[in-house]
Amino acid sequence: METSTVGNAVATERPAVIVDAVSKHFSLKHTHSLKETFIAWTKRKPLRTEFTALNELSFTVSEGESVAVMGYNGSGKSTLLKLMSGVLRPDEGTVLTRGRVAGLIEVGAGFHPDLTGRENVYLNAAILGMQEEEVDEIFEEIVDFAEIREFLDQEVKHYSSGMFMRLAFSVAIHVHLDILLVDEILSVGDAPFREKCRIKFGEMLEKEKTMVVVSHDMEMVRELCSRGIVIKKGKLRFDGPIEEAIAYLESPAYQVEEAK
Amino acid sequence: MALVNPALHGLDTSDYSVPGKGRGLLDVFHWRFLLKLLVRKETATRYRNSALGWIWSYVRPAAQFVIFYVVLGVFLQMNRGVDNFALYLFSGIIVINFFSEGFSNGTKTLVDNAHLVRKIYLPRELFPIAAVIVSFVHFLPQMGVLLVVCLFFGWLPSVMPILAILLGLLTVLTFTLGLGMFFGSLNVPFRDAQNFVELILLFATWVSPVLYSWKMVARVVPDWAMHIYLVNPLTSAVQLFHYGFWAPVTDGAFASEFPDAFWTHAGIALLLSLITLYVGQAVFRRLEPKFAQDL
Repeated sequence: METSTVGNAVATERPAVIVDAVSKHFSLKHTHSLKETFIAWTKRKPLRTEFTALNELSFTVSEGESVAVMGYNGSGKSTLLKLMSGVLRPDEGTVLTRGRVAGLIEVGAGFHPDLTGRENVYLNAAILGMQEEEVDEIFEEIVDFAEIREFLDQEVKHYSSGMFMRLAFSVAIHVHLDILLVDEILSVGDAPFREKCRIKFGEMLEKEKTMVVVSHDMEMVRELCSRGIVIKKGKLRFDGPIEEAIAYLESPAYQVEEAK
Repeated sequence: MALVNPALHGLDTSDYSVPGKGRGLLDVFHWRFLLKLLVRKETATRYRNSALGWIWSYVRPAAQFVIFYVVLGVFLQMNRGVDNFALYLFSGIIVINFFSEGFSNGTKTLVDNAHLVRKIYLPRELFPIAAVIVSFVHFLPQMGVLLVVCLFFGWLPSVMPILAILLGLLTVLTFTLGLGMFFGSLNVPFRDAQNFVELILLFATWVSPVLYSWKMVARVVPDWAMHIYLVNPLTSAVQLFHYGFWAPVTDGAFASEFPDAFWTHAGIALLLSLITLYVGQAVFRRLEPKFAQDL
């Protein structure tokens, strides 16, 4: 593994995220009914195969640091974010976080089409861990940011997909948090809205929020992150400054299988 | 906590949290705002686009009562020595209605909310709890109709019947939640659970003295079996509702229509409900870490 010293000098400070020797396995079932199971068993075929999504991954993220997690599809990036958000639990190793974690992972997952925009804002902010008074405080900001004020009391099912995404995204981005997990979301809305999002992310960086970003968009990653972690097949391949990480990802070194 | 990374040895991890590790039912208190919204979501969308809205929640049980009264009481003469048979029937059947709806919703709620469970972490206990509360909200109008009918027959509030109603509610609520959590968490890896629950519900109406009197059972089964029959939390809740609603408007019911150890049975039944809840939540917590990947 090639490492640089950036981000490793954390022994004395207290990192915001600790990922310590974390492994995650999934078992893929080959049979979907009792009959298939029986047939596979008589033919002595394997019933399930173990698949290792993450393999003894270790790193820490300092407070206020913004880290990009990069790698090709299937390298385990999203699994890693899900472990940090608590949706999944590691099979081995430890994940620890300090402060409030919120994910821009699946924007709009908690929206209910039959509820109004207003009701959905409250429901989703609550799903992301906010209390009533906190939502009251940021409600106006959310609505202004999403630019849907005149449709606030309409049911969300009548929204255009752009309005829907803007509102969902606006809720997620305004939630009070210390650690933000971002998974491939900046394809939201039109150009002016994207610009607004970029500014908002910039503000978050200035406020020393910790960010972990998963993206294939190198431009966005360059702008947001100072450090890059490259993983392949669940293993850490590179950890260092963002430019070097991008260079590594595009170099032949990433393509070759890691020597055992 | 032992960390592998040598750079982190000696780190004080007391203010760190492990993502995804909840505190079971205690978490619900912290997340009560979300719980309130989840319940409101279900209750608000139930009668969306219907002109009469919540009136339907009163019409259905009222129609049920009229049918019982006319068909069973007048046509079939099925009173079988039970006075006010329609009221007897109705006060028992709403308990079963609540149990059926709460239990079956609680079992299915994780699968129904799979999109949330898979993507965002929130204490998963919230789902079965919200499902049972929603069923309870739908049960209240039925109890309201029952109360109105009882008042019409001359029901007056007094201490023991009200106590019996509250005890009955507590018993059936904890029992339903416990079973809902148990089968709900099993339903994630084994979708058979919800079919099994339907089977259980088929029996539920008949193993409790809803359509008949407990005396008919006492006539044919031995004493020890009768005790088992009577400490069934569902039977106990039904009996407590009989005690609270039906008995006060029926002459001499308190003296002759309830078993000797009525309150003892009720106490044991409540204890069994609490044990069910404890076991249900223990199994739930055990299976919870795998919910997101099994759904």
